[in-house]
Amino acid sequence: MQAVQTAAKKVGKQSIAFQNPPKIVSTFSIVGPKEGQGPLGKDFDTVLDDSYYGEKTWEKTEAKMVGEAVNNVIQRANLKPENIDYVLAGDLLDQIISTNFGIRDTDIPFFGLYGACSTMAEALTMGAILVDGGYASRVIATASSHFDSAERQYRYPVELGVQRKPTSQWTVTGSGAALLAAEGQGPRIVGATVGKIVDMGVKDPNNMGTAMAPAAADTIAAHLQDFGKSPRDYDLIVSGDLGEIGLSITKELLQKQKIEISDRFYDTGLMIFDRAQGVQAGASGAGCSAVVFSSHLVKELQAGKYKRILLVGTGALLSPVTYQQGESIPSIAHAVSVEM
Amino acid sequence: MSQSQAQKKQEQDAYKKLAQKHQPKPPLLKNVIMAFLVGGAISAVGQAFINYFAARGMPPDKAGAPAAIVMVFLGALLTGLGVYDSIAKVGGAGAAVPITGYANSIVATAMEFKREGWIMGMSARMFQIAGPVIVYAVVSGVVVGLIRWFLAGVQ
Amino acid sequence: MSYLIAFVVGGLICAIGQVILDRTKLTPGHVMVIMVVSGAILAGFGLYQPLVKFAGAGAAIPVSNFGYVIVEGVLRELKMQGAFGALTGVFELAGSVIAASIFFGFIFAAFFRPKS
Repeated sequence: MQAVQTAAKKVGKQSIAFQNPPKIVSTFSIVGPKEGQGPLGKDFDTVLDDSYYGEKTWEKTEAKMVGEAVNNVIQRANLKPENIDYVLAGDLLDQIISTNFGIRDTDIPFFGLYGACSTMAEALTMGAILVDGGYASRVIATASSHFDSAERQYRYPVELGVQRKPTSQWTVTGSGAALLAAEGQGPRIVGATVGKIVDMGVKDPNNMGTAMAPAAADTIAAHLQDFGKSPRDYDLIVSGDLGEIGLSITKELLQKQKIEISDRFYDTGLMIFDRAQGVQAGASGAGCSAVVFSSHLVKELQAGKYKRILLVGTGALLSPVTYQQGESIPSIAHAVSVEM
Repeated sequence: MSQSQAQKKQEQDAYKKLAQKHQPKPPLLKNVIMAFLVGGAISAVGQAFINYFAARGMPPDKAGAPAAIVMVFLGALLTGLGVYDSIAKVGGAGAAVPITGYANSIVATAMEFKREGWIMGMSARMFQIAGPVIVYAVVSGVVVGLIRWFLAGVQ
Repeated sequence: MSYLIAFVVGGLICAIGQVILDRTKLTPGHVMVIMVVSGAILAGFGLYQPLVKFAGAGAAIPVSNFGYVIVEGVLRELKMQGAFGALTGVFELAGSVIAASIFFGFIFAAFFRPKS
């Protein structure tokens, strides 16, 4: 039998160690009014006054946010669009329309990604691969979501009288972008663990935290195993976004494997809103981890509050068609290790 | 069932059990009380219109229809103003079950999908939720009516 | 007094709906369908009419009334003109509410937009 060769930068079963870690040289975040009123409100670069942002439809609003996030993250780095090699981006809507329409005027080569709420982690991973591999000098990773555009696609028209279930999560309105570069100053992306699809048979679309928790636990355990690390090697392990229920299940799943991360494990879906804002189990949406990472987390890294964090993007890969046909919810989690 | 399927099923069942204790329960008692109060209040408003039309000389069993029409008007108006979903947040089924909730389901979907056009958007989608209600009301009404008629006829 | 009875009966019907919502995975749309079918079945047993008589709006305002008025219309027409009445009677009493909901639905949807 012929031995199977392992790639030089691959670590363990499903991880990558970057040899020339790309730097996050600039970030930008734009959010809706409700997010602006939340605990992280002051960390965001732009807070919209209303959910429309001067547009006729919420799909247009979301696309506009994506465009502004991309343009601003370039300006912040004192660069021009032609200096950017690729944009890697996605959102929650069918055919990732917000992203496609949002960046159609930017004139930058583009990879469209779909990973539901894990899209930002996926984009950071792919972007870091391109930069570390020498295929790009500068790339933008971005993800977005909009509460109202997501509601009408996944659930109900927003004016419909529906009581939200205590297990449900609130889709964030926002777009966050990070500019990764081979040269420059900023937090470095040193490693990543690419998740597998995990499906433990959860069918309730109003309970995505429970659906995603096994995927999160799987990826976190694989990450620590592949790199031979312990949770204490990180100052913060932050999922995006399991919500309250998913977070506590993930803790228990990891405890069963003798991995104790409770004292440093948190969730972007619990950071962005106050419980008093009526968001049930927490926030969700591709924009959630994207805006929290591109604002609060990167700022905390730059300020030295954290030296090393592990961002674990978690996505529930369902659609209205699949849950109406009674399918369970396939889930995924990607982990990105960032150091200052 | 193959062995791997059986094992998968076992894993999923074990996970279901583990996840179960992390699930928050809906505050059933509070929700039911709020549904009772909101639904009761909407019914009482409906009664006010029935009484009003009855006082204008309408026979009591005929006053229900115009009262229902007024309630549909109010449900539609409050939805347009963006108020009805807030009532439902508190009242749950207390807002969904009255005829005003039926009106809400029509206006909410119609407004939402107006962007996809006045015909294939707004008008086609306005029955997304109300449509099934009408379908099942008609089918069950016809079936029940026929059974009753047939049985009464045989008697 | 009529207000109190309407309040209590209407409230109770909604409370049943809430128990269904909280104890199952069904949506408000499902609950509305369950209500109209239940109304039709109760009407079939001749139980809904007395309830309307007793509770007024308490029974007439919940959507269960919709099932009841369709059965009433169907029965009336069946008596008058036989089998075809099963269909000609469907919207005899229920038609006005459907007409109102379509008309007002159209008007308000035309003038307003969702607020979020």
